[in-house]
Amino acid sequence: MQIFHRSSNAIARASILAVALIAGLALYVILELDRSPYVTYEKVARPQPVPFSHQHHVAGLGIDCRYCHTSVENSNFAGIPPTKTCMNCHSQIWTNAALLEPVRDSFRTGHSLVWTRVNDLPDYVYFNHSIHINKGVGCNTCHGPVDRMPLMYNNASLRMEWCLDCHRAPDKYLRPRDQVFNMRYQQPSNDQPLSLDGQEFTDQRTLGKYLIQKHNLRTVADITSCSTCHR
Amino acid sequence: MTQLLEEVETGRKRAPVIEPGHSFSTVTAKISDVVLKRPLSIGWLAGVMFCFGFVNLLLLAVGYLFIKGTGIWGITIPIGWGFAIVNFVWWIGIGHAGTLISAILMLLRQTWRNSINRFAEAMTLFAVACAGLFPLIHTGRPWVAYWMFPYPNTMGVWPQFRSPLIWDVFAVSTYATTSLLFWFVGLIPDLATLRDRATNIWVKRAYGALAMGWRGSARHWSRYETAYLLLAGLATPLVLSVHTVVSFDFAVGIVPGWHTTIFPPYFVAGAIYSGFAMVLMLAIPIRSIYGLKDFITERHLENSAKVMLATGLIVGYGYAMEAFMGWYGGNRYDAFLLWNRLHGPYATWYYSLLICNIFIPQVLWIRKFRTQPVLLFLVSTVVLVGMWLERFIIVVVSLHRDFLNSSWGMYYPTKWDWFTYTGTLGLFLFCMFFFMRILPSISIFEMRTLLPESKVKAE
Repeated sequence: MQIFHRSSNAIARASILAVALIAGLALYVILELDRSPYVTYEKVARPQPVPFSHQHHVAGLGIDCRYCHTSVENSNFAGIPPTKTCMNCHSQIWTNAALLEPVRDSFRTGHSLVWTRVNDLPDYVYFNHSIHINKGVGCNTCHGPVDRMPLMYNNASLRMEWCLDCHRAPDKYLRPRDQVFNMRYQQPSNDQPLSLDGQEFTDQRTLGKYLIQKHNLRTVADITSCSTCHR
Repeated sequence: MTQLLEEVETGRKRAPVIEPGHSFSTVTAKISDVVLKRPLSIGWLAGVMFCFGFVNLLLLAVGYLFIKGTGIWGITIPIGWGFAIVNFVWWIGIGHAGTLISAILMLLRQTWRNSINRFAEAMTLFAVACAGLFPLIHTGRPWVAYWMFPYPNTMGVWPQFRSPLIWDVFAVSTYATTSLLFWFVGLIPDLATLRDRATNIWVKRAYGALAMGWRGSARHWSRYETAYLLLAGLATPLVLSVHTVVSFDFAVGIVPGWHTTIFPPYFVAGAIYSGFAMVLMLAIPIRSIYGLKDFITERHLENSAKVMLATGLIVGYGYAMEAFMGWYGGNRYDAFLLWNRLHGPYATWYYSLLICNIFIPQVLWIRKFRTQPVLLFLVSTVVLVGMWLERFIIVVVSLHRDFLNSSWGMYYPTKWDWFTYTGTLGLFLFCMFFFMRILPSISIFEMRTLLPESKVKAE
């Protein structure tokens, strides 16, 4: 004795497929969303109290990263410059620019500028800038083309899979120690070989493996161990 | 023993699987009327409300846990696994009887299983639900418990496949899925019966939707039997594998008292032991309250009691071997563990365990204890308590005296531990109460196959 119409058979069969499809689609959407700039803010410029342009200061004026980020080579924190660093120049140039009023105000009152942090790792991640710099990880390997950023944005998702991409194969990215702050560094190729310690390198992997030896990198097992970053 | 021998020698007639005098229609009416015709009784309502109180206690305990964290429990270092793991193992073990009854006994053509498999499977499902809750809330951050499943996550790592705790996730989720499917497939012909017998149009529609258009045609039955047999084949290895994997949670660790190869078989036997105790504790009241003594006869009680006796002896052998290896193995830590069980601060618990699990159940050699519902009910209670104590001994006693005596400690469960535990007991019974009144608690169509009517043409 049937109480439903014959067509419900077809609906029942279709629903089996539909559940599988919807569940699969939902998982896909959630994972895509989790990797999207909507969640990670990847390449999304954030408003700042003063629209400081790295493009102008780095590419235009040729100021070295370390002029402002002074502690990047020997501390876990790269360092945000005090207002005094800004005033080194801006007490002489653009002294009346309205755009720079918050900087002058900070200098007068002694209250720091409150920047919006862009490259922000979660608190449960231990991160040290100096070890990365000293082992030959270039600034722009992680931070991207800062010299072409009118407003600062994070170049990468900062997801753990992104960290592990390099920690699992550091030879993909390492560069000579003196090239770390070079914002226009090109990985070696047949057209642009790189000579180091009397050797000629024409591809990144060979160079990377050489630098792992030269810079005494710990093994991949060591740097992918949980407690390396989650201490 | 003499009782058993006497039975064999004299060939005394055992109680039948189904009392004589029943026909297709009386079987169908008796079982489906519990669901469709029986009025709401005060007793049922009172039972539901009583259990609902404990469900709320569980919600309270879990809610507070989510706010404060696992620090509200008695767990400390070195006893990082307290009630949560004790109760997890206890509940998941209870579930095993349902699968054994429905799958293994079916493959072995033990037709007496037909009258108890349905509610035993329901018991399995509810027990697995209670069990699954514990490791989940024990993780500390249950809102990210999905990290235990392998999916292409943004962390770029897979779960630690070498960890028995991940094996657990797979074992238990497979078990829950297979048990649910098996139970539901078994229900389909009965749901169609209820659909046909219901008078209220909404009740009809609800059962009709669940019956998935079952007409009972020869083609339906032929496919149905194949599907059911396949599912039984799938579920059979689970009876052995699930508790084996649970035992690996312990046996893979190097803690004295855990690191033994006897764990898998001894855990599986213990699981079936406690599971049959729970089946009996449910069957005995159900058969008398709902007038189902014709279908759940003395034969069922006696057979279940025999399974309990046999598995109980395997468990006893396990204890004996643990003690023997503690002495014979010559490992000082194992020897200390044995000494500590017998003389340490938890010695009372260990002796209670031996009394509940090994000594008292020996009365089941006597026929009266296997067939007298009240006595059997009491023995089953004792076994369930004993099996809970066993898990307590394994978890707590092994951990509280580890290798370094500076880190020795004691375990004191807090009220929140007890709230959570009694809360799951309430949840389990709450589900059973509803199951009894909205689904046929005995498989109608399988009972019909036991009747003489169904054998006329075959013989």
